[in-house]
Amino acid sequence: MASSVIEDDTPYGIGDAPTRNLNMIEAINDALDIMMSRDPSVVIMGEDVGYFGGVFRCTAGLQEKYGKTRVFDTPINECGIIGAAVGMGAYGLRPVPEIQFADYIYPGLDQLISEAARLRYRSAGEFIAPMTVRSPFGGGIFGGQTHSQSPEALFTHVSGLKTVIPSTPHDAKGLLIAAIEDDDPVIFFEPKRIYNGPFDGFYDKPVQPWKKFPQSRVPEGYYSIPLGKARKVRDGEAMTILAYGTMVHVVEAVAKEKGVDADILDLRTLVPLDIEAIEESVEKTGRCLIVHEATRTSGFGAELSALVTERCFYHLEAPVERVTGFDTPYPHSLEWAFFPGPIRIGEAMDKILEV
Amino acid sequence: MVNGPTGNGQVGHNRPSLRLHVPEPKFRPGDDVDFSHLAVTEPGAQPRPDESCEAKETNPLATDLVRVLGDDNQAHGPWDPRLGPDTLRAMLEQMALTRAFDERMYRGQRQGKTSFYMKCTGEEATSVAPAMALASDDMVFPSYRQQGILITRGYPLVEMINQIYSNRGDKLKGRQLPIMYSSRAHSFFTISGNLATQTPQAVGWAMASAIRGDSRIAATWLGEGSTAEGDFHSACIFAAVYNAPVILNVVNNQWAISSFSGFAGGERTTFAARAVGYGIAGLRVDGNDPLAVYAASQWAANRARANGGPTLIEHFTYRAEGHSTSDDPSAYRSAQERNEWPLGDPIMRLKDHLIAIGEWDEDRQTALDLECAEKVKAATKEAEKNGILGHGLHHPFHTMFEDVYQDLPWHLEEQAAQAIRERKIKWPQA
Repeated sequence: MASSVIEDDTPYGIGDAPTRNLNMIEAINDALDIMMSRDPSVVIMGEDVGYFGGVFRCTAGLQEKYGKTRVFDTPINECGIIGAAVGMGAYGLRPVPEIQFADYIYPGLDQLISEAARLRYRSAGEFIAPMTVRSPFGGGIFGGQTHSQSPEALFTHVSGLKTVIPSTPHDAKGLLIAAIEDDDPVIFFEPKRIYNGPFDGFYDKPVQPWKKFPQSRVPEGYYSIPLGKARKVRDGEAMTILAYGTMVHVVEAVAKEKGVDADILDLRTLVPLDIEAIEESVEKTGRCLIVHEATRTSGFGAELSALVTERCFYHLEAPVERVTGFDTPYPHSLEWAFFPGPIRIGEAMDKILEV
Repeated sequence: MVNGPTGNGQVGHNRPSLRLHVPEPKFRPGDDVDFSHLAVTEPGAQPRPDESCEAKETNPLATDLVRVLGDDNQAHGPWDPRLGPDTLRAMLEQMALTRAFDERMYRGQRQGKTSFYMKCTGEEATSVAPAMALASDDMVFPSYRQQGILITRGYPLVEMINQIYSNRGDKLKGRQLPIMYSSRAHSFFTISGNLATQTPQAVGWAMASAIRGDSRIAATWLGEGSTAEGDFHSACIFAAVYNAPVILNVVNNQWAISSFSGFAGGERTTFAARAVGYGIAGLRVDGNDPLAVYAASQWAANRARANGGPTLIEHFTYRAEGHSTSDDPSAYRSAQERNEWPLGDPIMRLKDHLIAIGEWDEDRQTALDLECAEKVKAATKEAEKNGILGHGLHHPFHTMFEDVYQDLPWHLEEQAAQAIRERKIKWPQA
């Protein structure tokens, strides 16, 4: 289960501000609300985000509050959504487009990769794309192959894009505010499996709602969490575990169940990556487990494994291990066979500790 | 496997066999060219609806051809923009300067001063005339063949050449392929090498202007071949849905490298007719008639500025030269096409018009052409002080890593150190 303390929010939180218990959807909605009220250049667009408030309700109430010209529905056309956002950014707006599912983002890839990510470079800073593309990602909700994917590695591979993945309501709010304020294009993937509660991987047990966990204590008002800073989920000595999104909660639960004294880092931002935190942890533990839900080959875990091996080789006492989804499309009925759950993670932990 | 995917479809039934239609241009190298199949309309015969009309009122114009300048070199009909002689001469000068610039840059590429160049010969009117019809702060999202806009907006030729040479004076720091200019100060968006991507961006900019209650509009250009891209559909549907203040210019120059317009659907209907399906205004104009192009641009700009919404303009023209310095058009089309093109040359037509109305003469034209050539030559000499491509006078290595992000992340800082180390090994004295 999720840890009992928020270890490192102090430097970035707002200290004594009153908190509310929010789930991740409410925290994201709160961040959007705050940024829309602070910055009139922020606009929200996407399929069903307006009157309806989004299929996951992340934009609920915002059109009513800020009007139809700042929060509006779009045609079902991701190329157009991202392309228009590029033009809006060039004008001086700060668009926050929603792509309804990460699986739907591919028609907009050229606009993201060749355009948004390259504007600053190709115009030597004359034009920028200060957009934050929000999109629910990941599986575990019986969404089948077109509502379950984790395509983050497609974006971390693109120079000029930043990729952010929160794992708690507290972080979702602070990271989203930082992403919107950032002048570079940010891919903000929201792990939809943990919108309502911190799923721990034991899918046959009932899920607990966020309000039972301290990470749902979200400070009122404005605060931001800098991009590129990992969160120390748990201090430990036995091995470093690198994870993000839903898998943060899964690895924490598995380590607890197995009694492994793990040093767990929630990366929060994949690009830019908090390499210092990773090096510091691996140099301490000498062992490293990398866990993500995305498919294995050329997944972000490969990058992490290479970095740890290159930079911490002489501290390593065991080979770096990766636990990932399988290299198949996300299956519908066999979803939990695909998902990198407690058995796969537990085996990897045993293997690392055997050496 | 009669009915299976490997079956030949002939066995066991008597249904007619299907045929795949692969478009083929009328003329290939060596062919005699006859353009009599092209419907060249009577100048002045096309009606000019009110700028605030219902979009569907323009439907007939999407398959017609708006023309103003006649064979008598006079302006005709309701689309005559009635420009004063000074404006007409300014238009002629910008087009002549654009052509002179192209000539010299093409030669520069052949001389090895840069890697690549693209001329707009024969299409000058499609960028110069709209640039004059728009306000100078209306935002343009061009394709790669609208150098006429930058020239008309007074962007220094030296800056253009610095960019083409990718030298140390290039304010884009040598990062972009030649001719992929950018100038925010001239409301000229950074050019992409990917096709049609600029079109939904222009619509987004126009939407932003409307969101903000601004008065500026946006305009974008793309070739007829690029209209096949999904981005163009994205642009049209967003423009239609939000009634965006934007002008979508399709420059139909008949050729996309070696593929004729039939590969973008040009055999079936006009490109302006795309507007009909989206319910937006559509105009098809003689792209070699600078007055018709100006008039259509002005009509669309006034319409957009009055919240009348988007207009799609097809400029029917001809790409007189190769796609770029990288292709040889004699390998895929008849060399006669250029001279047989029934709509003439835009510079000659405007020149002849000015002469016909007593505002110009051949001597002044000769002087203008000389002046343009000298202007370009002087700018070229100035730019060459900053170096030419591949001769060392480039930007420092570290600039390669800048502007990827606003700040330099650790991994790029490490890679920059590597690049600089490699330079020191290769050039220890530098």
